[in-house]
Amino acid sequence: MNPENYVVLAAVLFTIGTVGVLVRRNAIVVFMSIELMLNAANLAFVAFARMQGNLDGQVIAFFVMVVAAAEVVVGLAIIVAIYRSRRSASIDEPNLLKY
Amino acid sequence: MTETGTSTAEAAVFWVCAILAVTGGLGLILSRRAVHSALWVALTMISLAVLYIANAAPFLGMVQIIVYTGAVMMLFLFVLMVVGVDSSDSLVETLRGQRVVGILLAAGFGILLVLAIGSALTGVPAVGLDAANAEYGGNVEGIARLLFGEYLLAFEIVAGLLITAALGALVLAHRERWQPRRTQRELSEERVRSGDHVGPLPAPGVYARHNAVDTPALLPDGSVAEISVPGPLRARGDLRPVDAAAVAETEALASGRAALGPADHPVADDPGTSPDEPR
Repeated sequence: MNPENYVVLAAVLFTIGTVGVLVRRNAIVVFMSIELMLNAANLAFVAFARMQGNLDGQVIAFFVMVVAAAEVVVGLAIIVAIYRSRRSASIDEPNLLKY
Repeated sequence: MTETGTSTAEAAVFWVCAILAVTGGLGLILSRRAVHSALWVALTMISLAVLYIANAAPFLGMVQIIVYTGAVMMLFLFVLMVVGVDSSDSLVETLRGQRVVGILLAAGFGILLVLAIGSALTGVPAVGLDAANAEYGGNVEGIARLLFGEYLLAFEIVAGLLITAALGALVLAHRERWQPRRTQRELSEERVRSGDHVGPLPAPGVYARHNAVDTPALLPDGSVAEISVPGPLRARGDLRPVDAAAVAETEALASGRAALGPADHPVADDPGTSPDEPR
């Protein structure tokens, strides 16, 4: 087995996350799909760090985790705020900016 | 120091965790309820943590478990409790054909990605992290050296980002009360004025073998009083179905007709059980 298998796995997980974002309508599920894509990117970073023999990839993955945590906090707060005004967590509902 | 291949043990770990991770990802996009999706994602995160550790990144593996499965996924579950159980997907497509086109595009993207990676990375020698980890005495020490040295500015900015995000979440989740809280008297007056349900809602059905809250009460004509089941259960579709044959039999028994003929199924004292539902 080659270490590049990790990168292929990351690509597969990223694709699954893409399908989730494109297909699902529930805002929270879409958000979890985005988390999955971020994690896939992290896995690729970690695998690259190992292939290059360089710890920078792991540091970048660490930063991605921190930014993802911040993003989750703000995103979920937005979802809760929209749910309060619209009584719905569907991403088809908030169309106020459209007109 | 070059490391071209990996050990058999690592291959075993990789295949087990890769299958678990992909299963979790598929469960995320395939399960109808958001809570199930969250649990599937937690499975993916844990297997990814194991893969990090297998990839000579023990620090990131631990951070993954603590931050993702510990904090992020639990936050998702809390929000799912707030947003409600009725937040399962609607099957109505707002844009026609969007689902099919989305799956096709994503599949094409995935094939492209895997092929590109496969052709770009074949034959690239893997150096391995043993030398880099050993330089400062370990993986954690090496990462600390980079974080507080070369990446210090980024580290500080990210700290600012975290604080800003926490404050932003506080602001977004805060709700100002614009009107005074309505008293019980006002609420009851409003209810009487609206006229649709002045009294309390009907209680769930109580039968010989079922008195759980998901058992609907029956109206005198044998139809189901949906309002007797609590709202969250109704939204989730967890109404225990009523066996129509049993209701008819009970009715017949009550009117004395069935007492003459042979009963072909047991006397129904229990409109709450349907034969096709194995609970």
